Amino acid sequence: MTLLDQFQLFLKAQGWPEWAYYTVPALAGIVVIIGVVLAAVIVYIWWERRFVARIQIRLGPNRCGPEGIFQPIATAVKILLKEDIVPANADKVLHFIAPIVVFVPILMIFAVVPFDRGAILVDLNVGIVYVIAISSISVIGIFTASWASGNKYSFISGLRSISQMVSYEIPVVLSIVGVVLMTGSFSMIKIVEAQTVPFILLQPLGFLLFFMGALAEMNRSPFDLLEADSEIVAGYHLEYSGMKFAMFYLGEYGMALAYSAVITTVFLSGWQGPFLPGVIWFLVKVMLVFSVIVWIRSMMPRMRVDQLMSFAWKAMLPMALINLLVIAVEVLVIPSLQWLMLIINFGLAAVLILLFSRIFTLGGGRVEV
Amino acid sequence: MKFERYGVGIAKGLGMTMRHLFRAPITVQYPEEKLKISKRTRGNELVWFPDRCTGCGTCTKACPQGNIVLVTHRGEPNKFIVDKFECDTGRCIFCGLCVESCPYNALAMSVKYECAKYRRGDLVLGKEKMAVSAENRPSAYCRPQFEEGLPAQSLLLYNREEGGQKLKFIPLSTRKRGSHA
Repeated sequence: MTLLDQFQLFLKAQGWPEWAYYTVPALAGIVVIIGVVLAAVIVYIWWERRFVARIQIRLGPNRCGPEGIFQPIATAVKILLKEDIVPANADKVLHFIAPIVVFVPILMIFAVVPFDRGAILVDLNVGIVYVIAISSISVIGIFTASWASGNKYSFISGLRSISQMVSYEIPVVLSIVGVVLMTGSFSMIKIVEAQTVPFILLQPLGFLLFFMGALAEMNRSPFDLLEADSEIVAGYHLEYSGMKFAMFYLGEYGMALAYSAVITTVFLSGWQGPFLPGVIWFLVKVMLVFSVIVWIRSMMPRMRVDQLMSFAWKAMLPMALINLLVIAVEVLVIPSLQWLMLIINFGLAAVLILLFSRIFTLGGGRVEV
Repeated sequence: MKFERYGVGIAKGLGMTMRHLFRAPITVQYPEEKLKISKRTRGNELVWFPDRCTGCGTCTKACPQGNIVLVTHRGEPNKFIVDKFECDTGRCIFCGLCVESCPYNALAMSVKYECAKYRRGDLVLGKEKMAVSAENRPSAYCRPQFEEGLPAQSLLLYNREEGGQKLKFIPLSTRKRGSHA
């Protein structure tokens, strides 16, 4: 029973009318989720700036509030006060709609993210499928934005986003199927409860594939081709300013938050952990995943477009398929011997990574990673 | 078999970036920490030595801005007495020509560089403000005789001799928020 159900029963017992005890808990849940997401995005922006700054042996923003925590708020106020410019060539209606289409699906992902036991907006029995489906919608928003801007750099970014998303969706889904095979359910709560041993240990290769795919899905470095500053200026949000740009900015970090929450839920055993309450464990793991993302951003250069595509189709897809096959056989033959699965899957990950870094070619020659 | 090709390169890169986390910031946290500027800096104010000045007015003629005002009257022992000596640092371009042209070494650039003011009138320096004192020290620009007392220039705060390259935490209580009072 989730917290919302309990709230609903409480209102029912108080003698509220029927329409009220359905709508009030739902609205309350939505408000809480939006508040949590916006607060978390502020922390994320601050943490990314500080963490990258430390890696680049700087300090980062440390003036506005304690340790610069209010810097994102100052940035937000600055962005909101800016003039909202719509280019003459733009498709005005689409230019207006696109940021909303990008931002809203990202908020909708959090409907099925379990922050704690029972602290979930709705426990869908197809939770992880819902996440995959909803997160793909924001790509349409990105493409709409790039088309509606009437700018060639934006349009290049839109084309890149479509090809990138279509390619990386497949390994992401295939690596999730491995988790679903072991769990026997699509429900996020069931997935967390099935992880007595976190799936990062049982399926290391699946985790790596999902992590890389998630990096590509949320347009983070080294897969940030669609907002490559040095080539196509800023990509799809090049012609946006003011509130609309803020929506894209929020959406970008909201996507990072959503995917780190999903990675935490699916591979890092969600809220489970000793001593501390579940929410704390969940938030700690989410911040850990995001720190790794930022760490990778500070280290990796941006990939080329051809490298990106061939990496998805020639390396990640076959690896995901083999991984899925092996996990399916394991689930069929040795469903209760988790330690054996652990050994086999670590061996598989090592063998496949070595094999594919040996045979992965690109045009004229091998890629050295 | 080169292991750089099997993901080891990425692991090395991650290790390298992780090591940088524990280095001291190379940037100078300005209001709390300040670099020592060059001994021969052309600071934002002038230093005037009243007893050496004869009121000849060479500096006023040398100033490309026409920025220095000098009013004198003839005093008893065949000497000019300076009534008014003013320089508007808001118009000054800190070229140092007045200092270079002074035949009696009576003018020098100062070592001050934080001279922002709230009122434009505060930028106009009179005789009292320009006169040499403990606060208003001359820099060694064009006056190498002043080099001795000035601190050596530093380009980095974290010297290895001083146990640098370690994380140094500036406590919240000692931080100044942008003021230079």
